Amino acid sequence: MVDLKVKLHDIEFKNPVTLASGTCGFARETAEFFEPGLLGGYFLKGTTLKNRDGNNYPRMAETPSGMLNAVGLQNKGIDYFIENIYPDIVDYDTQLIINVNGSTVEDYIALTEKVNELDKINAIELNISCPNVKEGGMAFGVSCPGAEMVTREVRKVYDKTMIVKLSPNVTDITEIAKAVEGQGADAVSLVNTFLGMAIDAEKRTPLLSTITGGLSGPAIKPIALRMVWQVANAVKIPVVGIGGIMNAADAIEFMLAGASVVQVGTAIFKDPMIPVKIVEGIEDYLKRHNMQSVNELIGGLQV
Amino acid sequence: MPKKFVKEFNVIENSALNATNFLIKVQSDTELPEIKPGQFVNIEIKEAEEIFLRRPFSVFEVDYENDVISMIVKILGRGSRKLTEIKAGSKLSMVYPLGKTFTYPSADDKILLIGGGSGVAPMLFLAKESGLPVENVDILLGARSKEDHINVDDYKKYASLHYASEDGSLGEKGFVTQHSVFTDNLNSYTKIYACGPDGMMRAIAKEAKAANVFCEVSLENLMACGFGVCLCCIEPTNKGNQCVCTDGPVFNINDLKW
Ligand SMILES: Cc1cc2nc3c(=O)[nH]c(=O)nc-3n(C[C@H](O)[C@H](O)[C@H](O)COP(=O)(O)OP(=O)(O)OC[C@H]3O[C@@H](n4cnc5c(N)ncnc54)[C@H](O)[C@@H]3O)c2cc1C
Ligand SMILES: Cc1cc2nc3c(=O)[nH]c(=O)nc-3n(C[C@H](O)[C@H](O)[C@H](O)COP(=O)(O)O)c2cc1C
Ligand code: FES
Repeated sequence: MVDLKVKLHDIEFKNPVTLASGTCGFARETAEFFEPGLLGGYFLKGTTLKNRDGNNYPRMAETPSGMLNAVGLQNKGIDYFIENIYPDIVDYDTQLIINVNGSTVEDYIALTEKVNELDKINAIELNISCPNVKEGGMAFGVSCPGAEMVTREVRKVYDKTMIVKLSPNVTDITEIAKAVEGQGADAVSLVNTFLGMAIDAEKRTPLLSTITGGLSGPAIKPIALRMVWQVANAVKIPVVGIGGIMNAADAIEFMLAGASVVQVGTAIFKDPMIPVKIVEGIEDYLKRHNMQSVNELIGGLQV
Repeated sequence: MPKKFVKEFNVIENSALNATNFLIKVQSDTELPEIKPGQFVNIEIKEAEEIFLRRPFSVFEVDYENDVISMIVKILGRGSRKLTEIKAGSKLSMVYPLGKTFTYPSADDKILLIGGGSGVAPMLFLAKESGLPVENVDILLGARSKEDHINVDDYKKYASLHYASEDGSLGEKGFVTQHSVFTDNLNSYTKIYACGPDGMMRAIAKEAKAANVFCEVSLENLMACGFGVCLCCIEPTNKGNQCVCTDGPVFNINDLKW
């Protein structure tokens, strides 16, 4: 028997495979395909204090080996979540993590205080990296002072595990990672999407209603992998690896580069069963390599 | 128990219905769940490097005895073209069954089903499933010309068939909303159903609203996931932005912001 359990700060995941925010809804949708308890955890859809309609259609454009999205954090707000969604999912035997978004620091604080009341939510992911909203979002995540401020203020009101999600749209991601570590982040997750763009040459129009959007999928994997490796070497807190993970080999690469946990995102659009296959693939890998625990993979890159 | 599945099907038939429409039949080696008109499958396009996402197609027919699902695929771009090149004997990965069905007619309803472009399949499926006597079901199909229409004579046992073509080469000349079923007696119907290009459905919705007839349309918004997690396929409705893939694809026109 190989041991797939990993720890992130003080919470335990039964295995390192989780789903990325915005790609797994509120976990219920994937439960129509498989038992949510098979996964380590779910980073639920980005949630804001109040209802957000998101951006106009079209919000999606296919690109070589990936896609652009401009969803813009459509969600019904935290109160709706607490009343109507949380009761449905609270008994899932997996870690449920809320992805918290604000336009102002006050929003982040008010939202976090509400999440703090939810017993079964053991962690939050502070999203300071959404490229698809006009105010807040990535504006906080692309400068050290902005990232520090949100992290510091939320830390004051939240005692459980606080993961800060980083934007790759910066000159040096390790600077931001160190900045949030300095303000009390328990872990960092990276990367969010890369700001990109697509044009319909025939029509001479943008393919997204917002003109620019966030690039995800295998197209970003090598850059995301490099960033995870750099950040893992720059900070002492654990790292959650995200970006173009399509199969078990990709997940293992992120762990070798230093990630304790991985998030699978866009891959689930191609294959809703892929997260379960990735768990199985990691288990197989460990057996093949005579490893007892998945923890042996973390930062195990041999250079 | 799972309600939705990802599976490799065996392609048992791929035949051209005309120059741009293909009938694709796939067989499962396990029992099919119940699948209703309006529901769709999300198909992986293999061996096409530049195609990343699956493509959604409505279910056209279900044969539960042989576990066979059929689709009518119209060539639009790269993915649909590649799909129509698939050979019997090969495998096709599908996510299914997705989306919701139409409000079924009741026994005393008289219904009009309108299909255009890639939207013919769910209309024919619904005609068959409606359970109504043939005199209570009218099907109106629209296309550019006779060559673009597919042969649906098999459906005469379920419905009266009407055609509109822009060049007048089959049925009445013009768009579906210029056809006599619209101009003469739209009020004789108690339910109208439509699937096809956006412009066609909007024009139908306008007429149905004016005539105050119940009308449902099946939308074909761009999709990434097909099962409600990405929020890319949204349609503004009176209940806010809804997902075409899970709240739809079938919507009552009164709920849309059209
Ligand atoms: C619920 C649902 C059911 C459908 N049922 C059927 C069916 O039964 N038969 C059938 O032939 N087709 C159906 N479609 C449409 C089908 O999914 C598209 O034709 C297909 O995805 C196009 O892929 P492509 O790679 O060929 O085109 P691409 O190369 O991706 O696109 C070619 C061009 O068409 C545009 N385009 C692509 N998809 C759409 C779309 N859905 N709406 C508007 N413009 C689009 C693109 O923006 C581009 O300009 C359905 C769609 C949905 C959402
Ligand atoms: C459609 C879509 C919606 C997303 N929504 C969110 C979100 O609400 N909050 C967030 O932090 N990240 C969001 N993301 C980013 C993903 O969580 C992830 O960081 C990114 O897609 C890279 O991983 P991937 O390449 O595996 O998809 C979204 C991504 C996609 C494709
Ligand atoms: S296509 Fe993803 S939510 Fe509908």
